[in-house]
Amino acid sequence: MEPDHDHAPIEAPDERADPDARTIRALKRLLIAKGYFTAADVRATIEALQSPGPHNGAEIVARAWSDPAYRDRLVADGTGAAAEMGHPIGEAGLIVVPNTPEIHNLITCTLCSCYPRSLLGQPPPWYTSKAYRARSVSEPRAVLAELGWTPPGTIEIRVHDSTADMRYLVLPMRPEGTEGWDEGRLARLVSRDSLIGAAPARAPDTLDP
Amino acid sequence: MSRFAPGDHVRILDRDHRGHMRTPRYLRGRRGVVERHCGAFPNPEKRAYDRPAEPRDLYRVRLRQHDLWPAYRGALADTLEVEIYDHWLEPVDGA
Repeated sequence: MEPDHDHAPIEAPDERADPDARTIRALKRLLIAKGYFTAADVRATIEALQSPGPHNGAEIVARAWSDPAYRDRLVADGTGAAAEMGHPIGEAGLIVVPNTPEIHNLITCTLCSCYPRSLLGQPPPWYTSKAYRARSVSEPRAVLAELGWTPPGTIEIRVHDSTADMRYLVLPMRPEGTEGWDEGRLARLVSRDSLIGAAPARAPDTLDP
Repeated sequence: MSRFAPGDHVRILDRDHRGHMRTPRYLRGRRGVVERHCGAFPNPEKRAYDRPAEPRDLYRVRLRQHDLWPAYRGALADTLEVEIYDHWLEPVDGA
């Protein structure tokens, strides 16, 4: 039986299996003891990192679908248009790439796993996998098929490798059969994965009535 | 005034570089077209080591997938867009 079983430090599941966990815990204790930050600061920072989510992207897309002038501003200056909706971008810049009948966009980061985290929160696990990062640039159509969607053969697949300071949001096409929908209802069609380009936005008949 | 404008044809250099950089190896020596000038940002090659980092122009470059991958399977129209720093680009004549 482990001697400290009843007094185990609070940590994420599987952290005990992480070889760096002891070092990180010791470093954290030391920096707190030296007054660089508090335990409350650590907890609040984790909370802040986890708070953004795809709902922010869905809100922006629903606005763009409803308001052509906003859509134009979004495509011209993603950072500014996101801030207009109350979503300041923490990274250097946001570029919004619109899907059209001729072009379908797919986002990746071969070098690491860049993603607009300050807006959308954490990316899906498949996005950060080495397989996705390597194959998304060289065989995007095979990757899309494996993720469950096959684009038309004639459409241009445009892959964006987030190599430097910019972060990317796909603006999916507005689904058919949504005339007159308000922004709240439209936002429900915008999935996390459609903002990456792994799939189109959801069809209206996929929503519960 | 930035060196390149949208529509300019460029080649991504195959420079000898040690340490951190943001120019993937799969792009070295490849040709593309400037899509936009993103602005100037601190040179990541210095910033990664917490050294003073001078601002460098960053460009988005569009390449044709069939130019990049010998065995590419997909539409002729398929493209790849990447961000490349100024010092990794040289001008080439338009194709």
